[in-house]
Amino acid sequence: MSDSSVQQHPISVYLKIWLLLFVLSTFSYMVDLYQLQGYLRWSLILLFMFLKAGLIISIFMHLAWERLALIYTILLPPLAILLLIAAMASEAGYIHFGRLLFFAQ
Amino acid sequence: MDKSAEQQASTGISSLVDDWSSDKQTFDMPWGKLMMWIFLLSDTFIFSVFLTAYMSVRMTTTADWPPTSEVFALVIAGQHVPLLLIAIMTFILITSSGTMAMAVNYAYQGKPQRAAKLMLLTALLGASFVGMQAFEWSKLIVDEGIRPWGNPFGAEQFGASFFLITGFHGMHVSVGVIYLAVIANRLRKGFYTDKGYHIVEITGLYWHFVDLVWVFIFAFFYLW
Repeated sequence: MSDSSVQQHPISVYLKIWLLLFVLSTFSYMVDLYQLQGYLRWSLILLFMFLKAGLIISIFMHLAWERLALIYTILLPPLAILLLIAAMASEAGYIHFGRLLFFAQ
Repeated sequence: MDKSAEQQASTGISSLVDDWSSDKQTFDMPWGKLMMWIFLLSDTFIFSVFLTAYMSVRMTTTADWPPTSEVFALVIAGQHVPLLLIAIMTFILITSSGTMAMAVNYAYQGKPQRAAKLMLLTALLGASFVGMQAFEWSKLIVDEGIRPWGNPFGAEQFGASFFLITGFHGMHVSVGVIYLAVIANRLRKGFYTDKGYHIVEITGLYWHFVDLVWVFIFAFFYLW
């Protein structure tokens, strides 16, 4: 094992990310507290979610400092989930339509 | 694992090609760390499938989805505070991720005692998260009458999705607490003095992943 496999970064980096995650969590909580609705609510939820997830994966889990061979191995396969989401959303929309048509009172 | 200086220095796409094409181990890391990453990748798919299933039932139902911000509200001094417990749980989990990151740092600095203490603190925070979740579950089951097959607020699928997703996540946290406690204890006793401290980073990967999953559950289940 080469020395490059040891992840050593100044502790201040972690403290900053920690603080940032706190702030972002507060923001996403405020989305609910202020009862934002519609596309504004959904886009803000997604924005804060992806920012938090990105910080955790890249800094806390050190993926930003890993070699590309690992980064691609971890990040590319989950893209298949987007396909699943798209397929299931389309199917769910169809079922919802059918239920409204035949079951609704 | 004989690496030439040239390969060591390569970055970007050329590093990818070097790592995969040369006659050597592709991933330059302890096998335990790579296996943890692969495990987390598989876990990503499990949680994604759960969340996608939740999306499907929520989209297909013709009944109203229960108002999460009210279902999960706490009454503090006569005041209705939406999602308070969930917010506290979120902050606790983030804090535990922070202490875990510092434990990894201290372990690689060669301070195993300090790292062990921070790992125990992480485990303690994780245990308090599970405790709050137990409180939340009992409140929902006993006080609000939410069941996997129905509830007084609206769509029946709410209970099934909730118990499956948060239950599976809570199980991950519980397992993580045990995992952390075991590794911290071994660390304290000097078990890894000769082996090196990669194990702390590997344990940390698992713990951060549990935090990561919570980010998605918080966004999609509680806030959406």
